[in-house]
Amino acid sequence: MTALAQPELHEALTLPSTLATVEAIEAKTEEFAKQAGFDEDTVSQIAMISREAAANAVLHGNRKDPNKHVRANFSVTSDNLSISVADEGSGFDPSAVPDPLSPEGLLKPSGRGIFLMRAIMDEVHFRELSPGTEITLVKHRN
Amino acid sequence: MSMNVKLRHVSGVTVLDLSGKITLGEGSIGLRDAVRDALAAGSRKILLNIGDVTYIDSAGLGELVAAYTSVKNAGGDLKLTNLSKKVKDLLVITKLLTVFDVKEDEKDAIAAFQ
Repeated sequence: MTALAQPELHEALTLPSTLATVEAIEAKTEEFAKQAGFDEDTVSQIAMISREAAANAVLHGNRKDPNKHVRANFSVTSDNLSISVADEGSGFDPSAVPDPLSPEGLLKPSGRGIFLMRAIMDEVHFRELSPGTEITLVKHRN
Repeated sequence: MSMNVKLRHVSGVTVLDLSGKITLGEGSIGLRDAVRDALAAGSRKILLNIGDVTYIDSAGLGELVAAYTSVKNAGGDLKLTNLSKKVKDLLVITKLLTVFDVKEDEKDAIAAFQ
């Protein structure tokens, strides 16, 4: 059995379903990405991706419902930076998102968030909660 | 910081100088309003100068696409200029570089409208 790397840094936030939460998750991700030692461009990209996950949780998952929360976990281990964002929505099927690179998807004003997550991060995991969805974004530190 | 828009007219082209962040919320709404106002004022040649845009997210990309389609649907032409490496990389990843007419600098862009 492989031992899991112990977090060097870890923080958990529970936040309301507002646009300010999107900013807060982005800011915290930027802080952790800097601590993990990524270069400036990569920090900016990772922060932008966390913003996509946070926006999905607030807008599509919780639909800005003031009674629902967004939970975010940030951790840095010797191997990875990991950010997870969970909503309390009715669930989500990532495979149902249309391809934004298809001819019909290219001119759509939405639908690029998950594509960008997969393009920029090393790992993207979706987990069904009851209720809700958790997205985990991982960037390797190597 | 949200987005700022300044409007200029150069050789019959409406130039929108964008700066700051084009992101979900105020930034993307600011772009939408600026393009809508330019079209309402009769502009059909619109150049987005995004040299001072520091950051675009997927909502911002969506607004750029929406701006492009609304100008095209009005019978006009929209071009982009002064892309930073960061923004250009995003347009490459999302294949939007194949949609937009991107010019290196403003002079080239203005000439291409004529």
